[in-house]
Amino acid sequence: MFAQSRLQSIQSETVRDPAIFGNPVAHVRPITTGRNGGLTLNDNLVAVANTRDREAFAALFGHFAPRIKAFMLKRGCDSGTAEEIAQMTLVTVWRKAALFNPEKASAATWVFTIARNLHIDTIRKTKRPEPDPTDPFFVPTPDKPADTLIAEQQDAKKLKNAISTLPTEQQDVLRLSFYEEKSHGEIADQLGVPLGTVKSRMRLAFGRIRKVIGDNE
Amino acid sequence: MNIQHHIGDSLLVSYASGGLSEAWSLLVATHAALCPTCRDRIADAEAIGGAFIDSLEPEALSPSAFADVLGQLGSGIEIEAAIAEKPVAMSDRLLPEPLCSYVLDAQDAVLPWRRLGLGAFHIPIPMQDGTASARLLRIPAGRPVPEHGHGGLELTLVLSGAFTDGEGRFGPGDVEEADESLVHTPHAVPGEDCICLAVTDAPLKFSSRIVRIMQPLLNI
Repeated sequence: MFAQSRLQSIQSETVRDPAIFGNPVAHVRPITTGRNGGLTLNDNLVAVANTRDREAFAALFGHFAPRIKAFMLKRGCDSGTAEEIAQMTLVTVWRKAALFNPEKASAATWVFTIARNLHIDTIRKTKRPEPDPTDPFFVPTPDKPADTLIAEQQDAKKLKNAISTLPTEQQDVLRLSFYEEKSHGEIADQLGVPLGTVKSRMRLAFGRIRKVIGDNE
Repeated sequence: MNIQHHIGDSLLVSYASGGLSEAWSLLVATHAALCPTCRDRIADAEAIGGAFIDSLEPEALSPSAFADVLGQLGSGIEIEAAIAEKPVAMSDRLLPEPLCSYVLDAQDAVLPWRRLGLGAFHIPIPMQDGTASARLLRIPAGRPVPEHGHGGLELTLVLSGAFTDGEGRFGPGDVEEADESLVHTPHAVPGEDCICLAVTDAPLKFSSRIVRIMQPLLNI
């Protein structure tokens, strides 16, 4: 009976978001189908932070590691390096889970920033300077009235929808920027358009996406 | 801090995607430290990265990948402190992080200004990658920087004092983005030297022949 209800929860998950379970990685799948199958990625990440929940971690691994590998392949890594960065990212997720703030970002966004930074550190061998909230000159964010939190899934869906309904040429500049980590000069060269055109497409795309995200607040 | 001039969308998205080289990132990050608005915008741009990661076709991992990662987790609880406290010396330094650590050694509160001529000073800031150059500039109160154009992109972040040019007034926290299309003569406003972080990927094009002759010596 218990096993059956778990199965149902997995099936309903599949119906809700085929992207999550659509291409399971065989050796990981059995672990991800545990009691965390019905939890969101955010919930799993919070569980890792609070209780070092290894089943929750397995669910995060099953979802993110294969995608980070794909992401690093797009950024020009060979297969071995891409996998190594995927593994390093998940180890960092485990170690730094306490820094994840579900009110500020989705699990996917947080994991993206970790993978991005690891790529810069290990492949480009350079630093990515970031603001330091402990610095006395850091200007804190003014207190806002408590945000109405929108469910992560819905929020992420809205964002993906906003991206997919952008005009193709705007999607292209975002894709080249985020997947291939190209500078805007390189994007202009690749697309054969002036730099100003790349910048204005980026501005239009970002403006539209911000409007969608902003509508949630 | 009353910031009027922010980081443009195009640069900001590049910072979020990881596509900016170190010098540009340093300027964007230092502005973001002073500007909650741009930190919000960066978070929104990073959410695009999250959405892209989520929509990628998963790539099969090696069979031992998960076991390899588990082996690196360790058994004990090893949650890193949410934010490591670090000693903060409230000296008379004026540079926010991450810029400060690039310019000053830990306990060194004296900025190593070098004379540029015409009453101006600078401090070149070494970068691990050499694709763009960064420097602190100190323009004496009430004085101009000689008229110049740009061979590429120049970003200027004001840290103290202010300057004006045809584009407006730029005070602490403000960023001016100048490219090939802009020829300007920034003037520091009277009363206080204007200290700013300037990043550029091509030498400035000074209109004055004398300044051009001096330019190689100044390395600007």
